[in-house]
Amino acid sequence: MFEPIALTVRDAVCLFDVSPPFLDRVLSGARRRVLRAVDGVSFTVRRGRTLGVVGESGCGKSTLARMIVGLQPPTAGTLRLEDMPLADGSLVRPRVQMIFQDPYASLNPRWRVGDIVAEPIRELKLLPGEAAVQARVAQLLETVGLAAADATRFPHAFSGGQRQRISIARALATEADVLVCDEPTSALDVSVQAQILNLMRRLQAELGLTYILISHNLSVVRHMADDIAIMYLGRFVETGPAEEVFANPRHPYTRLLLETIPDVQQPNRDRQPLSGEVPSPIDPPSGCPFHPRCPQAEARCRETRPVLEMRDGREVACFVVR
Amino acid sequence: MSEAAPLLSVRDLRVAFHTRRGTLVALDGVSFDIAPGEILGVVGESGAGKSLTGTAVIGLLDPPGRIDGGEIWLEGRRIDTLPPAEMRRVRGRQIGAIFQDPLTSLHPLLTVGAQLEETIRTHLPLNRAEAKARAVALLREVGIPAPETRVPQYPHQFSGGMRQRVVIALALAAEPKLIIADEPTTALDVSIQAQITALLRRLCRTHGTGVMLVTHDMGVIAETADRVAVMYAGRLVELGAVDQVVRAPRHPYTAGLMASIPRMGKREDVLAQIEGSMPRLGAIPPGCAFSPRCPSASARCTVEVPVLPAGGAGAACWHPVAEPAHV
Repeated sequence: MFEPIALTVRDAVCLFDVSPPFLDRVLSGARRRVLRAVDGVSFTVRRGRTLGVVGESGCGKSTLARMIVGLQPPTAGTLRLEDMPLADGSLVRPRVQMIFQDPYASLNPRWRVGDIVAEPIRELKLLPGEAAVQARVAQLLETVGLAAADATRFPHAFSGGQRQRISIARALATEADVLVCDEPTSALDVSVQAQILNLMRRLQAELGLTYILISHNLSVVRHMADDIAIMYLGRFVETGPAEEVFANPRHPYTRLLLETIPDVQQPNRDRQPLSGEVPSPIDPPSGCPFHPRCPQAEARCRETRPVLEMRDGREVACFVVR
Repeated sequence: MSEAAPLLSVRDLRVAFHTRRGTLVALDGVSFDIAPGEILGVVGESGAGKSLTGTAVIGLLDPPGRIDGGEIWLEGRRIDTLPPAEMRRVRGRQIGAIFQDPLTSLHPLLTVGAQLEETIRTHLPLNRAEAKARAVALLREVGIPAPETRVPQYPHQFSGGMRQRVVIALALAAEPKLIIADEPTTALDVSIQAQITALLRRLCRTHGTGVMLVTHDMGVIAETADRVAVMYAGRLVELGAVDQVVRAPRHPYTAGLMASIPRMGKREDVLAQIEGSMPRLGAIPPGCAFSPRCPSASARCTVEVPVLPAGGAGAACWHPVAEPAHV
């Protein structure tokens, strides 16, 4: 059963120029400095599935999310939402929306919830007439587990979890097909996190949504994702079906990451904490970017950079474990 | 002092905020002990009062918040009634503090060495050279490579994980008996998180320092703490050994909390969730604060406030979850 592809990303690159100002460069002879936030990432996501992107801070996962929704133009490469065939055979361009991490900063505090949710409907002229818009807003609020009467209240009257529900309602208001969720539950408590994750799963089943879930929380990704991509310093180092990657991680970074996370069920496993820190993406190490922290690094890892190679439906960028 | 005597003893602590719109009770009847060399994890969701408990113990409550009742004893000495000047000497010398954000707890305009030396010389009778040597030794102890070259650097030249190590070094500077660590790993990446919790454990063992580890992350608690205190709406709802609370929670809230954490081992279709959210301070229901969300609540729960069983271990609940047979 293969669903059509919803999103294709080909060699997406995003560079940020972080050079010193022109005069400083001339006077002190400083070189231009380029931060390679996303450095050649390719993948596809099928409709109705969830791709989890995992990595530590600074690995470029949020930049990737911003590129997918168009908030950040790629320096090179293409990101393409594939046209979807409708029941009558015509093609329609899918819509993409983003759910942000901080539900306190992503809602305008001076707008009523009803207006926040109605704005995309009005802006995109999805429905004729104000009555239809209001009816749709009420329906959306109920879909995400709020009451229709909440439309007249302001965001400050809601808790973090409820605000995240409003963000989801706003994203659904556009009739979006692809939702890019950047750390959707990181700002929430665990019991509220469970409510939001359950809501996201239910909406996916009901509306056939495609999720790109960006998170540093591996257990959240494990719960949500069908496929998973592990990102390190702007590149994918391992991709594949989530079940397999979690059951049998191949790349040394994936293995160490899985070993490192505290697990409530099996605390104090015999494990080796990942030593060292993520290097700066401005000045990445030569060869494989992970080699300074890698316990299995060999001489060639310091010189040549491994590329993703497909084997048994999994892609791994490593010389040693392939 | 005998071996069994607790390092820190908190009895019936009550903290209230006196505002123009009335009194809000933020902590009510909180009692626990910390033994020397023990790590007590304090967990709860935002607003449960876990940070406030730490703040009350180190005497840094901001007005209008104040201790309205109860006692805090440190090494057999009552500290909640000390005058501010005396409390200042206890703080730093006997109680060290580690806060969540390592960037805001360091002075950005002073070198790391200057901050360490100032703290050391405030509390210990050392001269400049000795203080400097101790600063280097402390940085080495918390695992900062090449500490001699790091001493003259400013906080912004350190990464997040390294900064948190500096903050831990500062907390250890005067060899305190107790460390209050408020979300020490929350701002850090998982791989760095594991390094910092391992460091805390090691320091706690080697120095015999008691640690009160405040966090919302059950995973960190399970890995680091010896005992856990679970807080809900300003009250302690469960207290016990970490294995027991994690594997066989007795309080329905703890049980719900544990069930709502996504598991690494298996993938469920639907996560267990606790309906609703924690009550606000002004609207804590009578009786058990958890009763409106509790699956096993009865009429008694809405009237009588349950208390922790005598001895301090167990759940403050009228209908605790049955103990599993194998325990």
